[in-house]
Amino acid sequence: MADPMRIRAQAAGDKATVRVLMAHEMETGQRKDAAGKIIPGWYIQEVSAQLNGKTVMTAQWGPAVAKNPFLQFAIKGAKAGDKVSVSWVDNKGEKRTDEATVS
Amino acid sequence: MRYLLIAGALLASVLGVSAQQKSAADGIAEYRKMLEDGNPAELFEAKGEVLWKQRRGPRNASLERCDLGKGPGIVKGAWVELPRWFADTQRVQDLESRLLTCMETLQGLNAVEIAKTPFGRGEQVSMEALVAFISAESRGLKVSLPQSHREEQVMYEIGKRAFFFRGGPMDFSCSSCHNQAGQRVRLQDLPNLTVNPGDGVGFAAWPAYRVSSGELWSMQRRLNDCFRQQRFPYPGYASDVTIALGVYMGVNAKGAQSIAPALKR
Repeated sequence: MADPMRIRAQAAGDKATVRVLMAHEMETGQRKDAAGKIIPGWYIQEVSAQLNGKTVMTAQWGPAVAKNPFLQFAIKGAKAGDKVSVSWVDNKGEKRTDEATVS
Repeated sequence: MRYLLIAGALLASVLGVSAQQKSAADGIAEYRKMLEDGNPAELFEAKGEVLWKQRRGPRNASLERCDLGKGPGIVKGAWVELPRWFADTQRVQDLESRLLTCMETLQGLNAVEIAKTPFGRGEQVSMEALVAFISAESRGLKVSLPQSHREEQVMYEIGKRAFFFRGGPMDFSCSSCHNQAGQRVRLQDLPNLTVNPGDGVGFAAWPAYRVSSGELWSMQRRLNDCFRQQRFPYPGYASDVTIALGVYMGVNAKGAQSIAPALKR
């Protein structure tokens, strides 16, 4: 089971800024280990964000994104008390969803 | 000139400042500021907190009764007072050696085995997370190592000698790089560790998350790599010489504000 994300969402004016830290190896599949064997790729492929259950953003990621990625985006119309949830799915089919309340 | 103008215009649009007026150090500081917002050390902190409270090991116990110097279970403020003398083990211990003691006495894990495990594997992974959590609980506090016990003073003197000890194929010592301010290796500032180098610099900036390798480095790992860079034999994990160096740097850094776990290149 993957480690939890850290999500912070802060409302300012008519939008909320969401900052997400994800715990993931993001192995590219290009690197070799000490024995010279290729380390299989293992990276997040899909990211989506929901505001009160309604999808507001989807993204397709690949191996070029860094280990333990940081993602920041803004949601128009989100206000304090709203629920923001972020989900990812990696190329092994592993998933993780975490939720935060807009402050 | 032409490419300078283009680069300047690009930077100005992104950062709102002119590139020509910036020094290299300003540029580095700006880059760090941009990274600061999402320091992945937070992920390690969260994991460490869970590990601290989780029942583990052959004795199925948590670390919540571990005495880090301020009494059993007290984490807040512990990091900025380590290494220090512990009466129960009759040793001056840093955070990692103290955690080894607790993992052995409370949880029944094998401290010698953990110390021998390479960084980033097995229980050393738990160690990284624990170190991140415990140091984060002292964020913003000032470094203040106790020096009242005789053994603590002895460790300071040993650390000082180790710091100035020159040897190895390159005739290096810690002080070759770290005894004056304003030095740099490529883009990395080298703090002067013989005095207090300032808030959040040097001793007050470790443990830290290394962006380039995606790892969280404790002070033990930082020192291990310093030994490698000097082409010295690797020091034993949580060995007395590493603790003595910690005492030396920590006492010198008295009053510096800790920003650990920090974010490094």
